[in-house]
Amino acid sequence: MSALLDIAGLEVFYGDFQALFGVSMSVPRSGATALVGANGAGKTTLLRAIAGAQPCASGTVSYDGANITAAPPHRRISRGIALVPEGRKLFPSLTVEENIQVGAAAAASDAWPLERIYGAFPLIAKRRRQRASTLSGGEQQAVAIARALAAAPTLLLLDEISLGLAPRVVEELYQTLSGLRSAGATLVIVEQDLRRAMDACDDLVCLLEGRVALAARVADVSRDEVVAAYFGEGRS
Amino acid sequence: MPALEVSDVAKSYGSMPVFTSVSLAVAAGEAVGIVGPNGAGQTTLLDLLSGTGRCDAGRVLLQGKDVTRLPPPLRARMGLGRTFQVPRPLGDLTVFENALVGATRAAGLRGRQAQQVACDALTLTGMAGHANARSGSLRLLDRKRLELARALAMRPRVLLLDEIAGGLSDPETEALITTIRTVNEAGTAIIWVEHVLRVLIAVVTRLVCLAGGEVIADGAPSEVLASDEVRTAFLGGGVL
Amino acid sequence: MNWVNAVIQGMLLGGQYALIACGLSLAFGVMRIVNLAHGDLAVCGAYLGLVLSSALGVPVWVTLPLLLPAAFAAGVALQLLLLGRALRHGVLAPVLVTFGLSVMIENLLQVAATSDPRGLNAGSLALASFHLGGGITVSWLFLTAFLTACAVLSGLQLALSRTSWGRKVRATADDLDTARLVGIRVRPVFATVAGTAVATAALAGVFIGTIGTFDPLAGTNTLIFAFEAVVIGGIGSLWGTLAGGMALGITQVVVGVVNQSYAVLAVHLLFLAVLTVRPGGLFTSHQAEIGEARGVGALG
Repeated sequence: MSALLDIAGLEVFYGDFQALFGVSMSVPRSGATALVGANGAGKTTLLRAIAGAQPCASGTVSYDGANITAAPPHRRISRGIALVPEGRKLFPSLTVEENIQVGAAAAASDAWPLERIYGAFPLIAKRRRQRASTLSGGEQQAVAIARALAAAPTLLLLDEISLGLAPRVVEELYQTLSGLRSAGATLVIVEQDLRRAMDACDDLVCLLEGRVALAARVADVSRDEVVAAYFGEGRS
Repeated sequence: MPALEVSDVAKSYGSMPVFTSVSLAVAAGEAVGIVGPNGAGQTTLLDLLSGTGRCDAGRVLLQGKDVTRLPPPLRARMGLGRTFQVPRPLGDLTVFENALVGATRAAGLRGRQAQQVACDALTLTGMAGHANARSGSLRLLDRKRLELARALAMRPRVLLLDEIAGGLSDPETEALITTIRTVNEAGTAIIWVEHVLRVLIAVVTRLVCLAGGEVIADGAPSEVLASDEVRTAFLGGGVL
Repeated sequence: MNWVNAVIQGMLLGGQYALIACGLSLAFGVMRIVNLAHGDLAVCGAYLGLVLSSALGVPVWVTLPLLLPAAFAAGVALQLLLLGRALRHGVLAPVLVTFGLSVMIENLLQVAATSDPRGLNAGSLALASFHLGGGITVSWLFLTAFLTACAVLSGLQLALSRTSWGRKVRATADDLDTARLVGIRVRPVFATVAGTAVATAALAGVFIGTIGTFDPLAGTNTLIFAFEAVVIGGIGSLWGTLAGGMALGITQVVVGVVNQSYAVLAVHLLFLAVLTVRPGGLFTSHQAEIGEARGVGALG
């Protein structure tokens, strides 16, 4: 079975600051891939490049067999890719419900109407008319994921959803993610906490200084090997 | 007497505490790296050292003198230099003129002496060949070197480096390592906040790890990175 | 000196200021575009009304179904062809571009229509007025202008808060980068906002033309009042713009009753006072925090 997402030789610059140096990776259908690495390693840049928010100097991005390298964000969303950005980035002057509704602006299908989304996130259903900026951190994170869900994605990209949240709250969010996987979604998760990343995912990619330092199935690699790749040990 | 010292500093942004109590002493000529997971406060610490930010509590001592209340320009005159994460040369000036600004404004030199110091700084950082180039037209590596040169022309005893290694290719990274090593060997103490660990440990002899608002490790780089506490801080619990 | 009459007249006048100002407020709030040609576009609306009503031999109101869509289309074209491109060069570029546009429009109008002051055919509404008692006389024209302003502002507010388009506009105003990221197509949003801004300006121009006279250079003064109304009311708040307009209008009329030569100066002094004491505007809503809503981006 071919991969859902295929990235080859991606290079991204911010001005002449090179953030990604020829990054290649594959994400299998219905799989969950963890993306780890130190600060500045390029994880957020990579997710944004997949979502179309970051132009690439070279390389290709293929989704479901189609080359989407030049496609703008709204086309990629229509094809089924949605990103939950780092820092949540909710629209502060919009209510919870409105935030979720704009997420459907370019939706791939009707698979996730409001009622179904509220079913997956009952806690935020109670706050649907509240302005998004008044919610707690965990609730805001849930709204950010809900907003991405409204686009009915087949590939969901999540950037550091556990940042600043209590462990119990993170646990609930990951339960929801596992529910999404059962519903058939493919996930790419950037996560600081290595244990959580390796528990929740089947594959792991470790970035170091804008390059792939390690790409393996979680079952095939030890934590020590991942830690070594993370810190760049054994690199000539 | 340490070249630079912070003693029991605390800092909060609004109700969010960044540090509750951090103490650190750097000896003359030493090269110290500061690492930590996302949001642990490394850049905040540099801000407190350089004077860009004000401590809520504690003291900052430069060459034994209390500079806690002094703003950055006055600390610069006393020998504290800093580079920034995004190099911002004074774009319309030439490379030489940029270095001269450091020598005249911060080191307070005049005339021939200022020019000499500026030239020396450019030579030390490998930028002498670009002396007359417009600094706005430099490539990234050279802009970083210029940042260094300008800071050096201030004749600092202590140099603060803020994530200077990002975004460079391998050969450029090697060149930067050499440059920074040369600067340190010429006698300037270095305090370096960095995420690119490989580059950091090629230069520094001591590594300090910040996490959860305090110093959790301080020692030889290989030991610090191998320590359980540090690895847990970066990668979460249950790593082992 | 009937103060109550003066205040009422001032309020009604304020409606006109609000109508000219709301397009400016919308353009800045959503797109960060300061349109220095906004006043001139209103004057263009008046001239277009003149051309249409003369050609068709009808009061200018009858031409509105033609005039407003034409103004909307002009706004869309302006955005797509000129201002959208200017924005790519930074926030200051549209200021320079619209300044140049303003000069161009004023000169073109002078060439095409000469500098003679003109008036618009308001039909039977022109001189009609009614008495409220207590010495208060209200002109139908003034009242119509005020009610139109309220209707336009309410309509815009409703559209912004209840429609899908409105949600997209508000999201784009909050955070342009994230709006693109969630799949909002920003160009059509900007184009429709620009179209709306020019259409409201043209409508305001028609009222200016019926209530008073207009000439090619009237745009500048109009822009200044519009600007002041927006700043006094608070950027990003439509109702604030109405309040700002009314503050201007009331000041102008009330001071004018005392001494006509100081009326306009008083208005500008009020503006300066608000700018000094509450630069965010008197009716700052959460929407005035546009700009602070930008999230922190991280590399890696």
